[in-house]
Amino acid sequence: MKILTGNDLGTGDVIWWAGDGWSRQVGDSVDVGDKGEDLARAEEAALRVVGAYVIDATVTAEGVRPAHIKDRIRALGPTVRPDLTLKPNDADAGNWVI
Amino acid sequence: MYRYDSYDQSIVDARVEEFRDQTQRRLAGQLTEDQFKPLRLMNGLYLQLHAYMLRVAIPYGTLSGRQMRKLGEIAAKYDRGYGHFTTRQNLQYNWIKLADAPDILAELATVEMHAIQTSGNCIRNISSDQYAGVSADEVADPRPWAELLRQWSTFHPEFTYLPRKFKIAVIASEDDRSAMRLHDIGLKLVSRDGRTGAEVYAGGGMGRTPMVAPLIRDFVPEDEIVSYLEACLRVYNRYGRRDNKYKARIKILVHELGVEEYKRQVEEEFAHMRTLGLNPPTEELDRIRAYFAGPAYETGLEDSIDRSDPAFALWVDRQVAAHKQPGYAIVNISLKPRGGIPGDASAEQIALVAELAEQYSLDELRVTHAQNLVLPHVKMADLHAIWQKLDEAGLAEANLDLITDIIACPGLDYCSLANARSIPLAQKLSERFAAADRQKELGELKVKISGCINACGHHHAGHIGVLGVDRKGVENFQLSLGGSGAEDASVGQITGPGFSEDGVVDAIEKVTNLYLEQREEGERFLDTYRRLGMKPFKEAIYG
Repeated sequence: MKILTGNDLGTGDVIWWAGDGWSRQVGDSVDVGDKGEDLARAEEAALRVVGAYVIDATVTAEGVRPAHIKDRIRALGPTVRPDLTLKPNDADAGNWVI
Repeated sequence: MYRYDSYDQSIVDARVEEFRDQTQRRLAGQLTEDQFKPLRLMNGLYLQLHAYMLRVAIPYGTLSGRQMRKLGEIAAKYDRGYGHFTTRQNLQYNWIKLADAPDILAELATVEMHAIQTSGNCIRNISSDQYAGVSADEVADPRPWAELLRQWSTFHPEFTYLPRKFKIAVIASEDDRSAMRLHDIGLKLVSRDGRTGAEVYAGGGMGRTPMVAPLIRDFVPEDEIVSYLEACLRVYNRYGRRDNKYKARIKILVHELGVEEYKRQVEEEFAHMRTLGLNPPTEELDRIRAYFAGPAYETGLEDSIDRSDPAFALWVDRQVAAHKQPGYAIVNISLKPRGGIPGDASAEQIALVAELAEQYSLDELRVTHAQNLVLPHVKMADLHAIWQKLDEAGLAEANLDLITDIIACPGLDYCSLANARSIPLAQKLSERFAAADRQKELGELKVKISGCINACGHHHAGHIGVLGVDRKGVENFQLSLGGSGAEDASVGQITGPGFSEDGVVDAIEKVTNLYLEQREEGERFLDTYRRLGMKPFKEAIYG
């Protein structure tokens, strides 16, 4: 599947296109098919996102998983600071990115 | 320390308000990202993996207590409670909100700091020796020169859009603690026939094409250093390649022209510069130099200390360096705790070091390119009290220049350019070699890790270097041996095929084991490698 990601213009937070808006959870991502580039331009123009781009992902038992490790780290947070990730109570959360 | 005059302060304040306006226009949609990006980068604001990142300039790595305290306050107020000290002696915040950036810059301006020219194709923060002004072997304190160059290069209209970024280091000792010859230009202050001047090296650097800078002039009189650098930059600005960013650094120009031809062109330009009367007024250098006059040291102090506490004695032996003034010492504070993140410091740790600088180090501290901190003016009698406070804050690791004193870039955990994570590897090495006896046995051994070919982790200059690469979406690590950023500068050589993260830890252990078997009396790892060459190390690693 193709999913759309970028950073919130104001906060810089990593965000994922969830169909009707942006989410901070990669698991909320929806398949944007071939509409990703158009969506990115429209959302950037609306000042809701910066640096938006389309990536490949798969749906696994654990949910949506970006194909590349860089985007999995974006989805989770820094693996060396579990307390600053989206799963602060899961000390092994970093294993998900590998 | 240097203090801003009204001109310094006014240009920094004006820049803050200019950026505040630009940021407001961006958030209001009056500027596109394409228009705004170069403006934010000129103010040190990047968009990284997880958020905006702000890189704050720390000129030549020198800070006062109040400046350090402000850095800690910003970490607590605007970031997530920590900062990251970098290999350019700067500080980076990783979690900045765009709307907060102008306020942060305004707060920095209140303590004579900024983020100007910490990005972009301009002259970056001037780096220098963390022992400047306090080591016995220096010709002169290099910081007045670094400050003069900071003023010369700040908003220099001719050098705002160079072919590529430009890094300058200034040292004044035979011992190079600044990786001077791995800079675009390196200056080494020297004394010849009673006159002070500089040896000038040009065309060094790391990145994808590492080069050790050749000497291009063995003496430039002190009053002509700025004019000579202006000539060096002019030739580079005119002929440096702008068609290919990977070939745009001055090292490529010097290499392609040849050292002699580059020197000839610089000399020609220098002869022209001499006719223009652009040397800074002597009074200005004197004004700057006065700020760096040695502090009022106490005399008649005791040089001996009570070493009865073995943990304290171990720390003193490793972290404390000789000071030029009897009764004083230089304290190195490790930011490499066991299993920690190299260069990271919490807001509380930053505040503590600010307090220590004020209380015990004549209100001054330094940041090193190896991502550690230094208290440069400490009475020997205060060492134990400082050690106790550092120990309570987790800052009393005794590993300066040992195998766990690892330089590591932020890597793929934070950086959008990275291909692999540097920090987890540094943490694994730190754990593997944690035993103090083992580290001591291995002696000086500089490990440097970069998460991509841009080499922010200085891997080319590591006695042992590691470069993280992307192998079809999987992290892979190339090992290199024999690099040095010191006065014996050299570029490391790749051992062979790369490794997984655990594999490269094992490979480094094999390399160190071979060193222990093969070393001769007094040899550091680097010396043994240079004597034996790559072959036996390669055999030890790959079998």
